[in-house]
Parts: sequence; structure tokens; C-alpha cells
Amino acid sequence: MVTTLLSSIQAWTSNAISNDNKGSFIRLSHLKVLVFLICLYPLFYMTWGFFTHQLGANPIEAVTRDSGLWGLRFLLITLCVTPLRWLTGINQLVRFRRMLGLFAFFYATVHMLLYLGLDQFFNWYEIWLDIIKRPFITVGFINFIALLPLVFTSTNKMVKRLGGRRWKKLHKLTYFVAAAACIHFLMLIKADIREPVIYIIILTGLLGVRLLHHLRQKKLSAQ
Amino acid sequence: MLIRRRKPWDLPESEVTDYKVYKNRRQFLNTSITAGLALAAAPSIGLGKPVDELQVYKDLKPSPFSTDEEKTTFEAITTYNNFYEFGTGKEDPSLYATEFPDESQIWKVEIDGECDNPGVYEYDDLVKPFTMEERIYRMRCVEGWSMVIPWIGFPLAELLKRAKPNSKAKYVEFTTLYDPEQMPGQNRDVLEWPYVEGLRMDEAMNPLTMISVGLYGKELLGQNGAPLRLVVPWKYGFKSIKSVVRIRFVEEMPQTAWMKANANEYGFYSNVNPNVNHPRWSQRRERRIGEFLKRDTLMFNGYGDYVAELYSGMDLKRYF
Repeated sequence: MVTTLLSSIQAWTSNAISNDNKGSFIRLSHLKVLVFLICLYPLFYMTWGFFTHQLGANPIEAVTRDSGLWGLRFLLITLCVTPLRWLTGINQLVRFRRMLGLFAFFYATVHMLLYLGLDQFFNWYEIWLDIIKRPFITVGFINFIALLPLVFTSTNKMVKRLGGRRWKKLHKLTYFVAAAACIHFLMLIKADIREPVIYIIILTGLLGVRLLHHLRQKKLSAQ
Repeated sequence: MLIRRRKPWDLPESEVTDYKVYKNRRQFLNTSITAGLALAAAPSIGLGKPVDELQVYKDLKPSPFSTDEEKTTFEAITTYNNFYEFGTGKEDPSLYATEFPDESQIWKVEIDGECDNPGVYEYDDLVKPFTMEERIYRMRCVEGWSMVIPWIGFPLAELLKRAKPNSKAKYVEFTTLYDPEQMPGQNRDVLEWPYVEGLRMDEAMNPLTMISVGLYGKELLGQNGAPLRLVVPWKYGFKSIKSVVRIRFVEEMPQTAWMKANANEYGFYSNVNPNVNHPRWSQRRERRIGEFLKRDTLMFNGYGDYVAELYSGMDLKRYF
């Protein structure tokens, strides 16, 4: 029952979403624009809230926290793409993965810049002290650095240059970044760890699905 | 020392917009619009209690301890709170403490332990003997933000003296109400409930230390620790325990809620000290709520003249 449903969705989407077929229902490029705009929404509401004084008594803290949260959320959304492909068979989904990943980087950058600019006012000495003395800042900083190779190798050209296998291997770094982002969040909490724990559970699920898939593939190839 | 004299043209706190009017300002505007010009011409009609009744504390004598720094807005003081009994979000207390404390129950405070005159006091009897003062204090949170708050209250020392502490009373332990029905945050073990705080006897008797029952001329709201709370302006905010139901004189140093949660990060003293880092935050600077740039944090939150001698000879890095 479920499989028939999935295969019919698959059939429908592969017809409906298309790169070039003029007659197709939705064009991939249109859908990409739509997803792009949706991904910009958090930035829009943070900016709007900031300038219309709707972010409470400490708006700088609020935008710093929210931009970081959206960085983490987009990392997890990006990690959803592959399991969703396995689940639904809609291979077109992979076309959105790069954009989602780059949005994770975008929000992480906003987060970093807010910390550097509005928390430390670009006082590099203080920032250095923070990085070496405060473990959660250390983790956050390493995390940001670890995102850079992923971003630099995100273009089609770089994928070609590295070769698919090496590129794939390098982009496993995403798992590390997502885990470190969760830990960074957990470490800054004083007492109520419920929220970071929710993200850790989601990440564990996403990584667990991959492990299961990997084990099944291994078993299948052994047979 | 800063001595603030009220100038004839100064607006007393009692004349600022009444809280209920303020809180319902949108509703008020809507009512005004629908009711038309008649109500708009006479905006004080039909607003329930007259303004005077809600401004409980008027014409209080200004305190020599008050700062003349710009006060944090009433809105910020009443919407940006750490009061985990009502949730761990900054806005949770203002959302979930609206009915707190339950008016059908009489608030009682137990004063006991190492003293000759213990007792259980109803709120009205407890505060009746004292002359209320307005004291405008800086408040520095351990998280790196600060406010300037016009508290209403009286010195804790006056209350403690009435209980006649004996020679074994070395510390004072304070306890917040435990009532998960009224305080939904207590349903989760975020901290060990009830919240406990403590002061050394000399800290408790210091003239700066006060029991507050109001701010901005009004009675305390639930989110600020109604009906009575401690205010210790030279220590990080979490020492100023809210909604107190028990004050106990003890011989041993009390184990406070935050010490139990994380003794490496929160010491018993927790004096504001820019030279002693919290592992997660530098304490050198702070953001005053409402300001864009950060400012330098002052030793003992700027109250060193009054309290530094309490700690002479102590290694404040060790006794943080």
C-alpha cells in the first residue's frame, strides 16, 4: 500500500518537476526560487523584528541566538534530504541540498558576525581570549572553520575537480559540523537543556537512518 | 557617594502611566476608537480602578544609596526576567506569572532557625512596621546584562533584628515558595526546588541589602518576585531570591540552588567581579538593557564603597 503510494508519487514528481520539459507541471527552477524565498524568511523576520522593536528587551541577544538556531536547523534540514530521497524515491530532492546547506552557512555567518560585531565590537584581543578560554566559543569557532571547506567545494566545478568519491568523503564533514553545533548549543545553556537535547535527538535519528541504510546495503551486496 | 535630590520639576515615579492602563493600552485604544470621541475626550473614564489606587507607594523619601543613572523601562523590567519557576525563557515569567501570587491565599513568611524570636508572619503584618523607601539600584545578571531598577522596600537588617538572631546565626538562608500549581516551571527538574539562596550574616545586615515589595511605585508583579523578594545589588542577580516564604538563621553555609546545579560555575558569594570569569562568559563587560554598546562591569557592581570591607583579606578568585 505504502510502496504503491510512494511509487505513484515518484512517478508523478518525476513528470511534474522537470528541468526543461515545457509541458511539465512545476519547473524545478521555479520551485528553487520558492524554496530560496522560504529559506530567507527567518532573516526577514529577524530583521523586521529588530527594527520594529519586537524582539523583547534584549534584541541583540535575540538575533544572535536566533541566527545560530537557524544555522543549526538548516544543517539538520540539509541532512534530511538524503533519507527523504530513500524514503520517497524522489531523487529530484537532491537538487535542493546544496542550497539548503549554503543557507546553513549563511545563518552561521550571520550568527558569527553578530557575535564578532555586536557582542565583541570587533575587539580581536577579547575575541581571542574568548576562543581560548570559553569552551562553547571554542567549539563554535572550530565549527565555523569546519564549514568553510564545505562551502568552497560546493560548486559544480569543485565537485568535478575533486571527483565524486572524494567530494562525498569530504562532505561527510557535515555530520561533524552538525554534531558540534548541537554541542555548542548544549554548552551555552545554564540549566534547561531540553531544547538542545531535542536537536541532538533529531541529529541522532538522521545519523542512525544513515547507519541502518549503510548496513542494509552491505547485507544486500553480500548476498 | 551619589546623593540624588528630587528637583521640583522632576516627575515622581508615581506619575508615570499607570501599569494597568499601560498593559491594556492596545485594548484601551480600541475601546477609544469604538466608543468614539466621547471617550477619547475623557480617557480616564471607564478604566476600572483609578490611577491612584494602583500607585501604592507615593512620595517616598529618596535614598542616598540610589544611583542617578537612567532607569531601565518598566516594560523591560517586567518582560525580561530569569525566574525559572515560571519557565526558562526570558519572557516566560511575564506570560505565566500574571495571576501570581494567588490572591485567595494569604502569603506567609516563616522566620526561624538560630534566633530568639521566630515566627510565621502574614505578609501584611511582616511589612507593616517598616518605612518604605525607593532605592534605585543597578542589577547585574551573571549572563552579562544589567538594568537600573527603582525598587521599593526596606533594609533586610531591620527585619532580621526583630527576629533576634543568636550567636550561632552565621548565615541567613532564604527559600522561594514551592507550589507547582502556581509555578508551572517547578514541574520540571531544571533546578532543585524549592530555590534556595543565602547570605553571610554581615552581608545580610549590610545597609544596602533590602527586601523589596515593589518597583516603579507599584507592588511587585509576579515575574519580579511578588509579593516580596531579596535585593543584593553588589551580587549577581540570581542571589536576589524572589517570592520568599522562609528566612532561616543557620550556622553552616547554606547550599544554594545554583551551587547544587553547578558548583564550579556558581559560588556562594557570587559578587559581581569583572576580574573573575565565569567559564561561559567573560564578566568584564555588560550590556545595559536598552543600550547598544556594552559598558565595563564595575567591581562589586559599583558598590565597593559599601561592601568591599566585608571581603577584606579574602581571595575573591577562590571565594567566587
